[in-house]
This record gives sequence, C-alpha cells and structure tokens, in this order.
Amino acid sequence: MNNIKVKIWRGAETGTFQEYEVPRQESQTVLDVVTYVQRKLDPSLAYRFACRVGVCGSCAMSVNGVSRWTCRTHVSKVATDNQLEIAPLRNLPVIRDLATDMTEFFDKWAKARGQFKGSKTRKDDFAQVSPQSKERKRVDAAIECIGCGVCYSSCEVVTWKPDYLGPAALSRAWTLMNDVRDVAQKERLAAVAGDAGCHACHTHLSCTERCPKGISPTAGIAGLKRAVLSATLKGEL
Amino acid sequence: MNTRSQVLLWGAQRISAMVLALCVVVHLVTIIYAVRSGLSAAEILGRTQGSFVWGGFYVLFVAAVAVHAPIGVRNILAEAGWRGRGVDTLMFVLTLTLAMWGLRAVWAVVS
Repeated sequence: MNNIKVKIWRGAETGTFQEYEVPRQESQTVLDVVTYVQRKLDPSLAYRFACRVGVCGSCAMSVNGVSRWTCRTHVSKVATDNQLEIAPLRNLPVIRDLATDMTEFFDKWAKARGQFKGSKTRKDDFAQVSPQSKERKRVDAAIECIGCGVCYSSCEVVTWKPDYLGPAALSRAWTLMNDVRDVAQKERLAAVAGDAGCHACHTHLSCTERCPKGISPTAGIAGLKRAVLSATLKGEL
Repeated sequence: MNTRSQVLLWGAQRISAMVLALCVVVHLVTIIYAVRSGLSAAEILGRTQGSFVWGGFYVLFVAAVAVHAPIGVRNILAEAGWRGRGVDTLMFVLTLTLAMWGLRAVWAVVS
C-alpha cells in the first residue's frame, strides 16, 4: 500500500509543520487523513469535525494553501506529488493545531443583523411566499450556507481590514433583506453599510470561487451595496 | 466619518469611475487622431483655445479625477492601517490639490 506524505500545522499562532505518513486509500478525504493521524499516529492533534458529510461546516481547513471543507475534499483531487500540507483557516485566531477560534466570525453575523426578526405571532396564519418571486429566488441563492468559514478565510479584505464583516455575514444579511417576513430591514442596512461593511468589498470573488456550497457572497454584497446607497440617497439611513 | 458619508463616498467613487471611463476613451481617441500627422503645441492649442466644448470636457475630466483618486487612496491607506480624521483631512487636501492643478492646466490650453 502506498503512503501519502502529510505536513500538518502544530502549535498556535506560532508553530511548525510536522510531517506524517498516512496510508493511501480509495476515495480517501482530507478529513480521513487528519483523523488517521489523530487516531493512529499522534493523539495530541487538535482539529474539529462533526457530521463528516458536508452539512455542519465545522471541518474547514487550509489544504495546500486553499481553504476547503475537508470532509468533502478527496485527497486525489488536491494532493500534489502525493503530498498534502494542512493548516488552520486563515484570518482567524488559532487555538491549537487545526482548530481556530470562530468567535469573531460568528459575532460578525450578529453585528450584520443576521438574526431573523418577524412580526407575526403563533396566532397568525403562515406567510405566503411564492417560490417564483424575485425575493424568494434571492433567498434560495444563499440559504444553504453552512457557516464553514471558507469564504472568510479566503477573503483578502478581511486580512487587510480585520473589522470588515466578511462575506458570510454579509451574504446572510442579504438573504434576510430578501425575506419578505422580516421587519428589521432598515436596521440591517445601517448595520452593513460603510467602510467596515459591504462597501469594503473589492469584488475579488475569492469567496465565490472557494464556497463549497456554490454560493456567491459577492453577488449578495453587490445587492447590499446598491440597497444601502439607494436608502442613503432617499434619506432613509 | 459617519456611515452615511462613507456610503456617499462609495457612490461618488462609482459615479466618478463611470465618468472617467468615458473621459479616458475620448481623451485617448483624440490623442491617436491628433498625432496622425505629427504633434505640435500649435496644433493642440489651435484645437483647444477658445473652445467651450474642450474646456468643458476637461473640466469634467479633472473633476472626476479629483473626486475619484482621493477616495481610492483613502481606501488603500485604510487597508494599510491608516484611518481617521487626519487621513480624511489629508484626502480633502489632495482633492483640492488635484482640482487646482488640473483646472490650471485646462485654463492654460483653453484661454
């Protein structure tokens, strides 16, 4: 059986890559490789995962310099010269080894008013939202976000401007802007406006390129930019 | 700077970019046309002196540059960690400087 050489980041903000040899298997994912290292070679390795099937969004890491969901990334597709280099996500503080502190990432969702706010009670009837409506289609475009942090890790603007809300939080805000049941639209537009909000995006499209769910946060951010400018010109902001 | 001003700056940069795109194309086409049989100061001045059309066009061009460039420089400085009232004031000075230099050049070829 042939082996694959794997370099894995060990340490926190400072540390080094440690090399391991892992048996190669058919349909092996990058998460399988990391799990093998932790279970068979070095139980002190810290990493994070839960569902293993691309639903929970907890296993994202940097693989050969590119942020990816490791549970759905096949080794055969990303290994170069039978080698892998696995590091924690960029733009987030490293707790230990491959586990990053996601606090700031999710705090920014809250700052961007990523919470749904309705006005109806349990006594009201269900809202009627046509699947064909423009708003519902825009919601569909980004509703499948799993909060993995791949877009945030891939975004150069986050690196340069650490207070930038980032693609995931802004994409969530755009989804809620198109939710016809939501009643916090004005507050949300104010929350995502300006230098640390949607207007900081340079449209590099790294988030769109890397999103494992095929979402385009860039498109959502462009929608927010237009909506915020329009509200500002109307004196609503 | 408040959020409303930040949004308006973004809008101003987008609109000035559209104006610049048009102005640069007209400017380049004019240059290519003008140098077809050699370039001389007399020929340029012959076209521009007393021309309200060329004067107006280059005033618009200068205004777009004076609006667009400092907003872009402000963004670049912000990403390098330089922000605040001092930078905003400096950018306002840059706007006035670009406008002054540009309008002086326009006046020189039109008057």
